[in-house]
Amino acid sequence: MEKKNYTVSVYTENNLGLLSRIAAIFLKRHINIESITVSQSEVHEVMRFIIIVEVTEEQVKKIVGQIEKQIEVIKAFYHKDEELIYQETALYKVRSSDFVEDFDIQSFIKKTNARIVTVSPNFFVIEKTGERHETESLYEKLKPYGLMQFVRSGTIAVSKNEMPISELLEKFNTSNTIQ
Amino acid sequence: MEVKTAGFKEVSTAETLKVSGAEAVIKSLLAEGVEVMYGYPGGAIMPVYDEIFKYKGQIEHVLTRHEQGAAHAAQGYARVTGKVGVAIATSGPGATNLITGIADAHIDSTPMVCITGQVGSHLLGSDAFQEIDIVGLSTPITKWNYQITKASEIPEVLARAFYIARSGRPGPVLIDITKDAQFESLDFSYKKCSGIRSYTPYPEVNLLQVERAAQAINNAKKPMIVFGQGVILGSAEKLLKEVVEKTGIPAAWTILGLSALETDHPLNVGMVGMHGNYAPNILTNECDVLIAIGMRFDDRVTGDLNTYAKQATIIHFEIDPAEVNKNVHAHIPVLGDVKQTLKLLLEFLQPKSHDQWHNKFRELHSTEYEKIIKNDLSASEGKIKMAEVLDEINTVSKGDAIIVSDVGQHQMVACRYAKFNSSRSNVTSGGLGTMGFALPAAIGAKMGSPNRQVVAIIGDGGFQMTLQELATIYQMNVPVKIVVLNNNFLGMVRQWQQMFFEKRYASTEMVNPDFTGIAKAYHLTTRKISERSNLQEAVQEMLASDKPFFLEVEVEKEECVFPMITTGASVSDIRLE
Repeated sequence: MEKKNYTVSVYTENNLGLLSRIAAIFLKRHINIESITVSQSEVHEVMRFIIIVEVTEEQVKKIVGQIEKQIEVIKAFYHKDEELIYQETALYKVRSSDFVEDFDIQSFIKKTNARIVTVSPNFFVIEKTGERHETESLYEKLKPYGLMQFVRSGTIAVSKNEMPISELLEKFNTSNTIQ
Repeated sequence: MEVKTAGFKEVSTAETLKVSGAEAVIKSLLAEGVEVMYGYPGGAIMPVYDEIFKYKGQIEHVLTRHEQGAAHAAQGYARVTGKVGVAIATSGPGATNLITGIADAHIDSTPMVCITGQVGSHLLGSDAFQEIDIVGLSTPITKWNYQITKASEIPEVLARAFYIARSGRPGPVLIDITKDAQFESLDFSYKKCSGIRSYTPYPEVNLLQVERAAQAINNAKKPMIVFGQGVILGSAEKLLKEVVEKTGIPAAWTILGLSALETDHPLNVGMVGMHGNYAPNILTNECDVLIAIGMRFDDRVTGDLNTYAKQATIIHFEIDPAEVNKNVHAHIPVLGDVKQTLKLLLEFLQPKSHDQWHNKFRELHSTEYEKIIKNDLSASEGKIKMAEVLDEINTVSKGDAIIVSDVGQHQMVACRYAKFNSSRSNVTSGGLGTMGFALPAAIGAKMGSPNRQVVAIIGDGGFQMTLQELATIYQMNVPVKIVVLNNNFLGMVRQWQQMFFEKRYASTEMVNPDFTGIAKAYHLTTRKISERSNLQEAVQEMLASDKPFFLEVEVEKEECVFPMITTGASVSDIRLE
């Protein structure tokens, strides 16, 4: 089976140690995590992990099963790229002296909808949010100028179809009161 | 809600009481019905031990001679009783010594709660004396773990720990408690946990899947059941028997499923897997419907997956969704507790018999009998064979003993030859294969089932890994029967060296101490035999004793366990020699 990029979305309780518990599932199977982002989700006090891995569909299914088995994991899903809206953010720190006179690069920044975040006598910080190829192409463009620093965030993504987490939690609350 | 207490003091949700964190630990254990725990004291757990002292008479503490022994004893207790085993240790090395037992309980789905002391919370992360990140270390081998730094968390966290350990697919839980949390006081009230919103221990049963399974079983011409420990954990032994008897389907077992169906049941066709029986392994690749019940298709069961039961429709009754399609694709997965699903299944099953098909098992079994079993059991010359010892124990105990086996050749022989009349009678380390498991596990098994005969079958290698627990046996006067089958070799590794490494016996031959001398030094009654003529009488003497008894049997030095599916081979390529 062919390896592909899969996005694993995990809704969890906000608990210490869960990150390492989830990371250990990948480690045990010798799978490299391409990127991982943890943040607040749309549900109060529920966290969301977005994990990108390059694996076969069979592997990602098993991983999702193992993740979902963890006590504090509410629900885990996996998606292919086409089922998601996803973005990454990159920051580029460049020397001001390389930059001020160069109209070519200034127009490129405008054209690509990158944003200048900070201007100082010594450096500029440029921010670009988009898909990987977009942040890559700005990286290639700026590289000849000598990037002072470069950093890119993990992928964040929302799915095109619904994620019924609130309903799931609601279902637990009602079934538990019946008990 | 009704809260069961083992002590005299009723614990209820209404009552609140000012107590220390350490006392809250004991009160929580009592509220969970814990009668005994196995452990070893040390600096960071001393406040709890002080309470153990004060609560003497209400809760028993067994001082093992090593924390690994405490973990295995708790496992042995859990395996025979179905209750949650409890092990307790201090921080640092005390906690790390529990690790092997926790890993063993995790892979064998044994309900266990481990409590470890931890350095004071102000010292966390400072590399303090006996500080270890036991939560980090135990993460991949626990069902759940948690570090308590405030006394007020103790009742709720322990309630969760017990709930998680025993519900669904059981497993070990570790709770690490900082020393300051043990000293701190709290308003104690205890409420048993009945649900956690992110945790679904029992998947919803899909009746349609049950019906589909029943239909496949009803239409099958050559069906075969393989059952595992799920049947025992779900207390579904009676239901399994009803299914087997109603359908007439031959039923084989995995090493941990052993004893769920009595050995002498006419439809019990033996063990599957690497050293399992000839017939069920061969016929795995001939059956048309394979009904897997509460088992997980371990590699020691399946051999080469590419040639495993490819002709069969696979039905998988399983409580853990992550096990379905993990190793073997299930055409009809039936999720749920087998106690529930088998009950539903029974209603859709048609009474049948599969005599002709069952005869195939009998025929292949007679091949195995002629080639292997006969020689194992009725050798007339040479040293005693391991199987003869098991056979003698069967005869004297009439199949009513609990057999606790260690890991290696003797374990395979014990599982192949021991007879069982009732469930929860076979205690062994199946998934992890932990040498040193049996002696401490036998202590827990005997304490959990004091009215039954408990016989530990151990090799000379494994015995030396945890033999210090002889002191525990003597101090607590636990009347376990210990049989060391001594071949002065690490037998299973030696067998592999013989078969696959041209008899290069690297580090497998053992120059052993005088085992009965050691057992005598621990004040046990001992006996050593090397002659076949003494076997019967020695086993009789051992089982008649109401005290702990140590029996060393000098066995054949270079015996090999057969049948055998060699690594990477197909189940149907099982070798008889």
